[in-house]
Amino acid sequence: MKTIGYIIQKEFKQIFRNKAMLPIIFVLPIIQLIILSSAATFEVKNIAFSFVDHDRTSFSRELINKFEASTFFNVITEFPSEKIASSAMLKGEVDVILEIPQYFERDLLKNRKTNLLVIINAIDGAAAGVENVYINQIVRSFNINAQTDLMQASDKKNIPKNIISIPSFWYNKTLNYKTFMVPGILVILVTMITLFLSGMNIVREKEIGTLEQMNVTPIKKHQFIIGKLFPFWVLGMVLLTVGLIIARVLFNVPMVGSLALMYLYTSVYILVILGMGLFISNFTDTQQQAMFIAWFFVVIFILMSGLFTPIESMPEWAQFLTEFNPVKYYVEVMRMVMLKGSSFIDILPQFLKTSIYAIIMNGLAVWSYKKTN
Amino acid sequence: MSISLKHISKSYGDLKAVDDISFEVKEGELFGLIGPDGAGKTTLFRILTTLLIADKGEATVAGYDVVKDYIDIRNHVGYMPGRFSLYQDLTVEENLEFFATIFGTTIEENYELIEDIYIQIEPFKDRRAGKLSGGMKQKLALCCALIHKPKVLFLDEPTTGVDPVSRKEFWEMLKRLQQKGITILVSTPYMDEAALCDRIALIQDGKILEIDTPKEIVKHYPKKIYDIRTDDMYKLILNLKEYEYNYAVHPFGEFVHYTDKRDSFDPDELIQFLESKKQKNIIIQQTETTIEDAFMELAK
Repeated sequence: MKTIGYIIQKEFKQIFRNKAMLPIIFVLPIIQLIILSSAATFEVKNIAFSFVDHDRTSFSRELINKFEASTFFNVITEFPSEKIASSAMLKGEVDVILEIPQYFERDLLKNRKTNLLVIINAIDGAAAGVENVYINQIVRSFNINAQTDLMQASDKKNIPKNIISIPSFWYNKTLNYKTFMVPGILVILVTMITLFLSGMNIVREKEIGTLEQMNVTPIKKHQFIIGKLFPFWVLGMVLLTVGLIIARVLFNVPMVGSLALMYLYTSVYILVILGMGLFISNFTDTQQQAMFIAWFFVVIFILMSGLFTPIESMPEWAQFLTEFNPVKYYVEVMRMVMLKGSSFIDILPQFLKTSIYAIIMNGLAVWSYKKTN
Repeated sequence: MSISLKHISKSYGDLKAVDDISFEVKEGELFGLIGPDGAGKTTLFRILTTLLIADKGEATVAGYDVVKDYIDIRNHVGYMPGRFSLYQDLTVEENLEFFATIFGTTIEENYELIEDIYIQIEPFKDRRAGKLSGGMKQKLALCCALIHKPKVLFLDEPTTGVDPVSRKEFWEMLKRLQQKGITILVSTPYMDEAALCDRIALIQDGKILEIDTPKEIVKHYPKKIYDIRTDDMYKLILNLKEYEYNYAVHPFGEFVHYTDKRDSFDPDELIQFLESKKQKNIIIQQTETTIEDAFMELAK
């Protein structure tokens, strides 16, 4: 015990002496949390809208007014011809072109039917889909207004009844994306920092040759490993605390669930990550190699965690793979506990899987860590 | 016997790093492993300090088997690897304290053993180890390797990259440690240091060429050696190699060490030969055989 305590003490001394590392450990994650949480939004706003009006009637102007009134569209530009509009889209100046055909008003009045041409820049398919929905909504509401205007009194009874649905958004009433993102990004930061630091730490001893010196001492394997990794467990918990404070104070993210539960889960989760870090460092000889491998896993874990893209929309094999992604469980648990106030029973499946993961990962890491070649 | 090796072999792939090596080191002996880079010295050290398992053979250190009793060995040996491998971001004192603690002892307990070494670095005890000079680092590493009062001390090229004054001091320290009853196995590529050991093993390409006291090894050299120098040393070596009776020609400091094939060698003949090659200011004098000459002869 005394030996472990002494190794831990040494490790902390080294961490706090490393003038370049300290800000990386604490300041960067905080900046990332603040910036990423505000920037990583899936809302499609500020759509650069343009139109070509061949009709120039009160109807066409009214339609355009509707777009102007919308909060999603801005920078309304008018182009004299479709050709100029297309070249503007090619240059990336506009996202959407609405082309109103000649005789738009006449056809609508006479035939009760006309066409509109909508061109959407669909390089970002998801955004294009959302833009399409917005445009359709505006056109539909214009349509209803136009119908009412055009109807004769006698036709009134033929108006189709509209079904109106009023959604009630649970757990995130105002659809604030920050509420959704902050717990997720916090998860990523805790994962990244602890994985990188623990992965690089033992490799560093290899690199500077101190590991060899340690290996000829009577230190036991478990003493050394616990002594080396415990400080990073503490760091992970500190990061969680700092992140939660920022989430609460800066982003006003609701914390419905129990803090103790979040800490309990995180304490087990960090064990998984530390085991992984140790495992990586057992198979690498330089910090650079360790960093690359850690990056490889972190990127896969993040993209397959359900943080940015819903797991439900992944292909089946990918969904299966996410079962092995500890970050996925952590994101789920943090969102469930923070936003829904889930209890221990609710997160039990995740908790069990993570615990098993921790046992396997650390088992592998300790097994592969050798004092003798 | 303090250290004993029997038929130890170790290969890395096809490369035989250590090939069937056997030798013994007596208790309290200062034993030197002398050989060029890549001779297998470090591999031998790593086997004896339980960092590496030999493919074949048996070895014991302080009476413990290197494979079975590796835990005991780790408690009873001090190892100083060739590369400085203490914590550069910890201070001198912290390093020493750290190693004392993990060996379950304290600095005070064994202070008398390290006292005369530690005293020299004590003024810098609050300095980080990474900021020490090469010689200071060596002394600190030696202190750390001694802090648990080991029975056997392994020093892998302790003086490589250290200035001549520090080297000399370092060997004086080793002599004093030897007097305190510590068995020391030291390796070095410097032949001049070999003469300071009680016994040496000349090692090359994983094989031992000879084991004996430095004096005996020198005696085994069959010929008389002459120091030769002229104004143009490079040309001198070429000329001597052309000379039909040459036995061995090695550059040695400011001279060339020359040995002749014949038993009755007349230096004047050689002077004439060199003068015919337009060499100027020729000096030829007989000199004592060194371990380097012996090594070169054996390594032929």
